[in-house]
Amino acid sequence: MQYVDEFRDPELITKASEEIRRLADPKRHYRIMEVCGGHTHAIYRFGLKDILPSNIELIHGPGCPVCVLPMGRIDDGLAIAKAPNTIFAAFGDMMRVPGAHGSPLEHKARGTDVRIVYSPADALELARKYPEKEIIFFAIGFETTAPSTALTLMSAKAEGIHNFSVFCNHVTIVPAIRAILDSPDMRLDGFIGPGHVSTVIGCRPYEWIARNEGKPVVTSGFEPLDLLQSIVMLLRQMQVGEAKVENQYKRVVPWEGNRAALKAMAEVFELRPYFEWRGLGFISQSALRLREKYAAWDAELRYSVPETRVTDPKAAQCGEVLKGVLKPAQCKLFGKECTPEHPIGALMVSSEGSCAAYYNYEYRKSLVTRISSVA
Amino acid sequence: MCLAIPGKIVELIAGPNLVGVVEVTGVRRKVQLGLLEDDMPKIGDWVLIHVGFAMSKISERDAAEQMRLLTALGEVEQVMEEVRGYGLEDSTDRAGPVSLNGKHHA
Ligand code: SF4
Repeated sequence: MQYVDEFRDPELITKASEEIRRLADPKRHYRIMEVCGGHTHAIYRFGLKDILPSNIELIHGPGCPVCVLPMGRIDDGLAIAKAPNTIFAAFGDMMRVPGAHGSPLEHKARGTDVRIVYSPADALELARKYPEKEIIFFAIGFETTAPSTALTLMSAKAEGIHNFSVFCNHVTIVPAIRAILDSPDMRLDGFIGPGHVSTVIGCRPYEWIARNEGKPVVTSGFEPLDLLQSIVMLLRQMQVGEAKVENQYKRVVPWEGNRAALKAMAEVFELRPYFEWRGLGFISQSALRLREKYAAWDAELRYSVPETRVTDPKAAQCGEVLKGVLKPAQCKLFGKECTPEHPIGALMVSSEGSCAAYYNYEYRKSLVTRISSVA
Repeated sequence: MCLAIPGKIVELIAGPNLVGVVEVTGVRRKVQLGLLEDDMPKIGDWVLIHVGFAMSKISERDAAEQMRLLTALGEVEQVMEEVRGYGLEDSTDRAGPVSLNGKHHA
């Protein structure tokens, strides 16, 4: 709770946490999944666990795009980028993510032309700037990022820029939630719905979770007060046995989503029949690929992709952590072989990854306490 | 990658692509406005930016709160690195300053 004072409305925080205590049935154990990695990061950063009663357990969901990408895709992207005269452009988040043959940064050290871009539009800008080179943009992200890739491809097509292609790893959040609900070792009572993904897709795509699965969903903002209010809203529904979708993050999330973004996605992308997710396996219709009219910009068609399949290192339990079955610290490698300095899994690299969030806030804190109690 | 950066629209650039200039704590950079096609921001409006594209309009107060949130999450450095990177002005024409302490971000 140490950080909460930095925030506006400490009284509202106190009120919300009292309300949570009032609503939570002490005889029940609540398991609530926050789907989005940004929420996971905020939950650890603000020590929300310390505010919540012990019978409310937050389970970290799969909403970290770098974390759910199977290692083979990174190897594939880097393999095609070995072609002569080629630039591999990716977000900075990707740079230290380990592939079986090293991270993009390590490939750069070995001679691949790897560049960080902060926007897909800047990857296209590279193509304009270096007409003699081939630019491969390693696209990744949920529906928050996919519309930006889509608009960039529409510009490439409109301007006839042909030295640009996209290696598409965009995934969609709803099938992943479905896969988690279908997995037999998982019991959940409700969901804190993603914030920024919902600005694009709106709240309707979650309605089946309430209707068919009987679980409440509340899309939430990222501040401590937002998260606590979302938990209040979930508990209120549970108390009266209701299950519906509610929007706590109305100041940013429109119920119907962003029409222009959805239109751009529909223009450029179609669903893949199936896609592999780390930890969740193959999930049908869970990822996007370029439509045929964008085939000329599809790196998977322009290059011969090795289709590498690598299993994660044996002792690594990234899959279980991603599904929420294990907590980060329960992985055998956590804090030993696997640290933010030497990550073995992507969950330890990305700030949205639950292992990195847990390590940076909880674990370091406990180390400090341990050291100071010894001293 | 999931950073949502608040910025103030200070210029709208004419042309086939919807592009504007935003200011994020004093730094000015180009952002794409195509995702706000249905509800184009005006000069002086605040937007949330994600990977160089404005995603939604927000109030000035929410913009200030968002910046505070990013500060608390320890992400301001990455935010400024990202914002400076938009538009590929020299600084990004390289594999960027990736620090090795696990705190980088895109
Ligand atoms: S500690 Fe490392 S190996 Fe274990 S689950 Fe987390 S990222 Fe994977």
